[in-house]
Amino acid sequence: MIYLKLFVEFFQIGLFAVGGGPATIPFLMNLADRYDWFTRADVASMLAISESTPGPIGINMATYAGFHAAGIPGGILATLSLVLPSLIVIVIVAKLLENFAQNPYVKSAFWAIRPAVTGLIAMAVVGIFETTLFTAADGSFQLPVLPLILCGVFFVVMNIQKLKKLHPIVFLLGGAVLGIVLRL
Amino acid sequence: MKMLFDLYCVFFRIGGLTFGGGLTMLPMLKYELSEKKNWVTEDELLDYYAIGQCTPGIIAVNTATFVGFKKKGIPGAIFSTLGMVSPSLIIITLLALFLEKYINAPIVAHALSGIKIVVCALLLNTVITLAKKSFVSPVCVLIGILAFVLSLFTPVPSVLIVIVAGVYGVLKQKFKKEAAK
Repeated sequence: MIYLKLFVEFFQIGLFAVGGGPATIPFLMNLADRYDWFTRADVASMLAISESTPGPIGINMATYAGFHAAGIPGGILATLSLVLPSLIVIVIVAKLLENFAQNPYVKSAFWAIRPAVTGLIAMAVVGIFETTLFTAADGSFQLPVLPLILCGVFFVVMNIQKLKKLHPIVFLLGGAVLGIVLRL
Repeated sequence: MKMLFDLYCVFFRIGGLTFGGGLTMLPMLKYELSEKKNWVTEDELLDYYAIGQCTPGIIAVNTATFVGFKKKGIPGAIFSTLGMVSPSLIIITLLALFLEKYINAPIVAHALSGIKIVVCALLLNTVITLAKKSFVSPVCVLIGILAFVLSLFTPVPSVLIVIVAGVYGVLKQKFKKEAAK
């Protein structure tokens, strides 16, 4: 019964992949080895497609993998199975947090956690800069003069007082148009 | 009921408009949830993000679940989560059915290169806002720099960094209490 197998496998991935979307990749590789749903090469192209389409990468990968395994119902089932464990865990954590949010120890813990997470996010942003701007298509290092200038221009523009309230999608669309016009 | 529909729509929009996964969603979450709707503060977003790092699952989905639960309990959590995953389900299924061959077209590649540059600028902006919010004392600045350096130059897992910071916060409060006695 392929649907039951999909449910069990993706529920497990959702339960054990701590650290977000990219953490699901090794699990999918493992699935490719054990089932004939898709191959390891398929996982690589799934990652490329997931990165270039909107939505969380982990979810995109699950939909894609489920679809390859068992069509549209497979895609839906794999996605829902993937999010079910975190839905349960987060609801429990949120309930606990609701009761303890005013506790001085919890408050103090988050006082220290917030700057740590800011540091972690800054590190991840450095990583994103490195892979999207400083890495050429063949994997070698490149100095992206034009993209860096454009990035700086966008940064300045989105900090202009009057434009601060604009939806981020406006800038993203601007980027897409510039990308096509300048053949980036 | 209207609130549940609202939650679904907001997260549908966030899920459908962000490229590149969890982190790149942060500027959008900040805009939609704290600037436009006032549902959560930027501090709370950081807390959810921190918890999302240490709990299983996709961080973006965990954040959606958190916000949904805060606004409308368990039904809110379910609707937000479904809103977040719906665009992916629709887009990826359509892509797999009809469009797989277009993803490599040059015009798509150019547009994506442009989008990536804007994503970088948005992220830079977000990190600066978050730093302003969370670096509230010299010790906090030190914690932030330590976390950044450790995660950039050593293989220490981020979960461990978050936990150590939390333990430090608890101990600090404990000593403060004992000193007050």
